[in-house]
Amino acid sequence: MGARVITVTSGKGGVGKTTATANLAVALATLNKKVVCIDADIGLRNLDVVMGLENRIVYDLVDVVEGRCKLRQAMVKDKRVADLYLLPAAQTRDKTAVSPQDMILLTNQLREDYDYILIDSPAGIEWGFRNAVAPADEVIVITNPEVSAVRDADRIIGLIEAEERKVPASLVINRVKPDMVRKGDMLSVDDVLEILSVRLLGVIPEDEHILISSNRGAPLALDHEKSAAGDAFRNIARRLTGEKVPLLDLQQKGGVLRRLARMFGAAEPNA
Amino acid sequence: MDDSITLKGIKEGLLVTVKPEGRWPDLAGRLMTLIDSQGHFFRGAHVTLSLGERDLRRNELASVQAQLAQRDVTLVAVLSDSFTTAGSAEKLGLKTALSAGELEMDASAALPLKPPPIDPEERGTDGVLIRRTLRSGRTVHSDGHVVVVGDVNAGAVIVAGGDVIVWGRLRGVVHAGANGDENAVVCALYLAPTQLRIAGYITISPEDRRRRPKPEKAVVRHGRIEAEAWV
Repeated sequence: MGARVITVTSGKGGVGKTTATANLAVALATLNKKVVCIDADIGLRNLDVVMGLENRIVYDLVDVVEGRCKLRQAMVKDKRVADLYLLPAAQTRDKTAVSPQDMILLTNQLREDYDYILIDSPAGIEWGFRNAVAPADEVIVITNPEVSAVRDADRIIGLIEAEERKVPASLVINRVKPDMVRKGDMLSVDDVLEILSVRLLGVIPEDEHILISSNRGAPLALDHEKSAAGDAFRNIARRLTGEKVPLLDLQQKGGVLRRLARMFGAAEPNA
Repeated sequence: MDDSITLKGIKEGLLVTVKPEGRWPDLAGRLMTLIDSQGHFFRGAHVTLSLGERDLRRNELASVQAQLAQRDVTLVAVLSDSFTTAGSAEKLGLKTALSAGELEMDASAALPLKPPPIDPEERGTDGVLIRRTLRSGRTVHSDGHVVVVGDVNAGAVIVAGGDVIVWGRLRGVVHAGANGDENAVVCALYLAPTQLRIAGYITISPEDRRRRPKPEKAVVRHGRIEAEAWV
């Protein structure tokens, strides 16, 4: 069977899909997994920038699909970690240059040689989303603790559930600010889960290091210095490998989250 | 059973024919036994007695009428070829003749002397059952009722010709009685729809719904939609 194909999606834009894909890919690679990430956001590619691989792209996904190059030629190797590759999107084309069938064929070629294939989905629910989800073995839905992002996540989960092929979905809540949750100004993890009722894979606290690392093209998870978001991504990666990791203890930052963490840690040992 | 008493279903109810031969007290007693043995079949029935040439005095007829009344059977008419009997009937205010139409045989009441079988089947109505949460962007349309076992999230839409019952949290847009039925209702374990419509009425949930979620039912009353406890 080989690799697990995991698609990262959200519906709404700007909630952190690309950041999450990059960080999870790096974190999995540092756990000695063989990882490929595929940028399915054709026409609006970003994953290469966030991963710091932009200047090394020669061929892209559309070139592979249209037969202008071999798959291996288009894969960009990340030199900072062993066995991490990027299959970049084309910037000059649009989503219709690739079909869901192409994506399935493409990932099937990669399954043999890798442990994880992460697909960064574009925002929206149209062609690009369908391309990204078509080959998925599982889907990670990213949301923020705000009403519009949760609404879109709900829509996405509904679309995934409506598929004939039963693809499991799990949730990552990004950019949680414990202080605001405590004051009642932000949806809590609990509030989000009440609406979405889906397996919680992880909670990422708001962290300014994320912005800095994205701009530098060096995902936080590469950096072993202490950062809350980096830790959270590394924990999610470990959970993906099947390890039981309790949710981050954000004791210093907020009692509410800590309580929730304990709750969900206890209820969902695999979360 | 002998054939001195026969029954026939007619438009006007039941036609009971008692042969003119035989002693009347015996025959009257046999008639009551017959009625009693048939259980519910005679209850509430309208009976016409056909007595042929038998002569009955007023008190004899009155006694029969009373015994029938005890069994919840109404004597409405007495058909007789005897002046005595017809006169007795008139004095008791009973009809002495039935029109052809009233005498017409009622096929549906045609008797077997057995009670008709009771149909245990409850006639239901059409509806749709959804056994999952309706997420944002999902819609359900039905001319009948819609029952959801699960939540109806904000962004989901339900349009039903009949009632909408949600065994879960209702946060989406819901329209019951969409074909104009103002008696349609919307029920949910937690009723907090984005918008709720019943027939031509429309309302939104009150702003602050921090109170304890409880089952509620929305109905049209006094020209507006009101929510009440769903019990």
